[in-house]
Amino acid sequence: MSDPNLKVVASVKAADRTAVLSTAVPNTAVRDVDAWSRAAQSRLAADEVLLAVAETDLDAARRFAPGAVALTTSRLLSLSVVNRRVRVIGEWPLREGALTLGDHAGVATLDWRAGNALLARWEFRLGLQPAAQGLLDAWHRWREGDHAARSAQCRSCGVEVSVSVSVCETCAEDEQPPSTLTLFRLWRFARPYKSRLLLGFVLTLVATAATLVPPYLTKPLMDKLLIPYQNGQDLDKELVSLYMLGLLAAALVGWALGWARTYVLARVSERIGADLRTATFEHLLNQSVSYFGSKRTGDLMARIGVETDRINVFLSLHLLDFATDILMIAMTALVLFSINPWLALVTLLPLPIIGYLIHVVRDRLRRGFERADRIWSEVTNVLADTIPGIRVVKAFAQEGREAERFRAANRHNLEINDRVNKVWSMFAPSVTLLTEIGLLVVWAFGIWQVSNDEITVGTLAAFIAYIGRFYTRLDSMSRIVSHTQKAAAGAKRIFDILDHQSNVPEPAHPRPLAKVEGRIQLDGVSFRYGNRQVIRNLYLDIKPGEMIGVVGHSGSGKSTLVNLVCRFHDASEGAVRVDGIDVRELAVADYRRHIGLVLQEPFLFFGTIAENIAYGRPDATRPEIVAAARAANAHEFIMRLPHGYDSLVGERGQSLSGGERQRVSIARALLIDPRILILDEATSSVDSTTEKAIQAALDNLVRGRTTIAIAHRLSTLRRADRLVVLDRGEMVETGTHDELMARRGAYYALHQAQARQAEMLLEDGAGGIGLGGSGPDGLNRDGLNRGVAAAPGGGT
Amino acid sequence: MNAPAPASWQLFRNPAGQWCLEADGALHERVAVARAFPISAPEESVCVLDADGHELLWIDDLTALDEARRGRVEAALTAREFTPVIDAILHISSISTPSRWTVRTDRGITDLLLPGEEALQRVGARSILVADADGVQYLIRDTGALDRASRKFLERFL
Repeated sequence: MSDPNLKVVASVKAADRTAVLSTAVPNTAVRDVDAWSRAAQSRLAADEVLLAVAETDLDAARRFAPGAVALTTSRLLSLSVVNRRVRVIGEWPLREGALTLGDHAGVATLDWRAGNALLARWEFRLGLQPAAQGLLDAWHRWREGDHAARSAQCRSCGVEVSVSVSVCETCAEDEQPPSTLTLFRLWRFARPYKSRLLLGFVLTLVATAATLVPPYLTKPLMDKLLIPYQNGQDLDKELVSLYMLGLLAAALVGWALGWARTYVLARVSERIGADLRTATFEHLLNQSVSYFGSKRTGDLMARIGVETDRINVFLSLHLLDFATDILMIAMTALVLFSINPWLALVTLLPLPIIGYLIHVVRDRLRRGFERADRIWSEVTNVLADTIPGIRVVKAFAQEGREAERFRAANRHNLEINDRVNKVWSMFAPSVTLLTEIGLLVVWAFGIWQVSNDEITVGTLAAFIAYIGRFYTRLDSMSRIVSHTQKAAAGAKRIFDILDHQSNVPEPAHPRPLAKVEGRIQLDGVSFRYGNRQVIRNLYLDIKPGEMIGVVGHSGSGKSTLVNLVCRFHDASEGAVRVDGIDVRELAVADYRRHIGLVLQEPFLFFGTIAENIAYGRPDATRPEIVAAARAANAHEFIMRLPHGYDSLVGERGQSLSGGERQRVSIARALLIDPRILILDEATSSVDSTTEKAIQAALDNLVRGRTTIAIAHRLSTLRRADRLVVLDRGEMVETGTHDELMARRGAYYALHQAQARQAEMLLEDGAGGIGLGGSGPDGLNRDGLNRGVAAAPGGGT
Repeated sequence: MNAPAPASWQLFRNPAGQWCLEADGALHERVAVARAFPISAPEESVCVLDADGHELLWIDDLTALDEARRGRVEAALTAREFTPVIDAILHISSISTPSRWTVRTDRGITDLLLPGEEALQRVGARSILVADADGVQYLIRDTGALDRASRKFLERFL
């Protein structure tokens, strides 16, 4: 099959187009959806539009072979490379079949069937599945009549992404080896201190020059004073004191300048380090919630704490030393050559040898240090896992196991460091040995020259004095290698964070949001997490002030729904609108200011109760704080604490019970007076008596606000205007409690299950979970009594 | 829930030495009086709770009460509160914890045992709460107002 259009495909290298394709469509990790897209694009009919392309990497016999499937508005194309050319090896009109995707044992299968007949099958490794999922989704949309192409595909793997980012989260994480060049990117943080850095450099220059004066003075001291004296002449006392003064002055100037230089540069580098740390933390705060879900706390903390400090030390100490060393060597070499070129040449002889030695050891050290770094974060990760989970560790009596894990990580750390140290310990003495040999050579050559009367004893003495400084500098210079490698690795880990774009991006021109009515519309919202579809095509219109209860099994997408409304994630498809405005068009912080959030596990920060209540509005007055606490039913228990509202809570603070913490968090939400309220399992972690107190607080909170409440326990939702039942990401039912009970569907089943559970508990005498009629505590139960009573009546 | 504001109230100590509150004719025995912001605003809000911890009376501003009432409220508060305010740290036994401090407080000079550095907790910008090994809390109201020697001692632990 000859194809003139193919020229378009590989027009980059017309002469060698197959090479282009065979490198661009490979079995390796470098994937290029674009190449296949171009290939498919070139074969379309006039009115045909390309909807999606998915790569495949196995042939019918499951041998590795490049290929692709392309979905257009009318056909399904199968592309492959035959005889080094891209060919369409099959095509099917879209009308006649159905597409399914499955996987087993790491191989995914995309099937195209008509009735029972299998028309085509593509197989590929799971890494390519996201793109196939995208193609499948596009086909589903096509079937539903949406023939528009979605242009946003991840540049790297082809999975569909929201329009605002070009690379999906999975691909963005791909690692790159640390390079010393990363260190130059630190310039961005150094720029504000340009002038002080320049001052530091000038000081370094002068200070170094000052230290070169004393050895220079040895020459005249020898030649003009000591040797003539030994030969019987009188000592010129005036000249002696002049030289001595010169030596002292040089030492003093060197000391003063060295101090000034170190002070100036250390101050600057400390500030650069601080800026870096702040910038990283600020950037981190703007990341989406899912970013934190995918990172380990210990690792992030190590990056911001340890790595910035390492970079800081590198800049203030090692880099400074290195610069001084370079200057020193250059200036020394200059002086030596000006005194005697031949002797200078001999003196500098060991330099290239040492340079070579450094180069050899450098690679081995770098790999060693990188591994040591990774092992080190393993050690911190054990800590970060164990300390917050200490109750679980103790409850299961696994202290021994955790200790063993830590010991193992530590032992690993030790082994790696031992190995690095083996190379390292050999390295430094080798440099010293070379310098000793160098000294020997200079002595030998110098004595020979002196015996030939080519140089004076003074010159030789000056050389020996210089060379002492010179070689110790070389020695310390060789250490810079490991420090640079460490700092580069650190900088890379920092820039990993700084380069990561939030997947909840701020709009370029945010629309102002002054007042919120509280109308929320979910308009065909879907959400995919990685390659898992969590929310499917959800439509929901919530009126201002309405309370919606969301129920469903765990994993049905309830929390994701709430995360979408809060804009912790962005919808993969469709839109969340508030008062008719797409939330993506609003500034994130501006929008969230109108949302009150009460979570299952309320988090209190370390600080006083008053500070915690006023977290969302630090300017709140004390009467306002007390009023919020009263409305949240928290005032009385707060007053019972020894320091009232000034009691410390949070980590290291006064311990509050779950219900008390929850009421503080409700007061926190009340104080910002939000138009939109999200209750995410707000009462499920407390017992039913406490729930009563919280429920009363919540009733105060809900009044007049648009509320979305998630609850596992249906009793919590008795005040909801409307209930939404979710199952596997889809809305299966909606209506009031009575309507849903009458329908005898999913909600009815859930309700019956909970009622049975409550009855069992009551029979056991354990007291209620808040369901099932005859309990003594009226407030909590009346809503449910109504529910239980309505069930038979409504159903029959 | 609004602040309870009885039209008339009387706080007094009964013969058994218990504090009682008579509010709108009802008598509550063994009441407790507590400040809402004992550290950040001690003179502002005070609350009277019954024996079960329910609120009976809310006083917005202590200084707005008449002399007699204010005196009784303050007497009730002193009977319940014990947070010595440290004016100066005179001596510390060691710079590592546990450390025995000799301090001058508004209630006289005393010793306290600091069990660990975490026993010093910042409250607000300038105040520090010191919890000694016995659970008694001492307050340093303003670290800036301490004398030099005390500040030096304190800096060792912060």
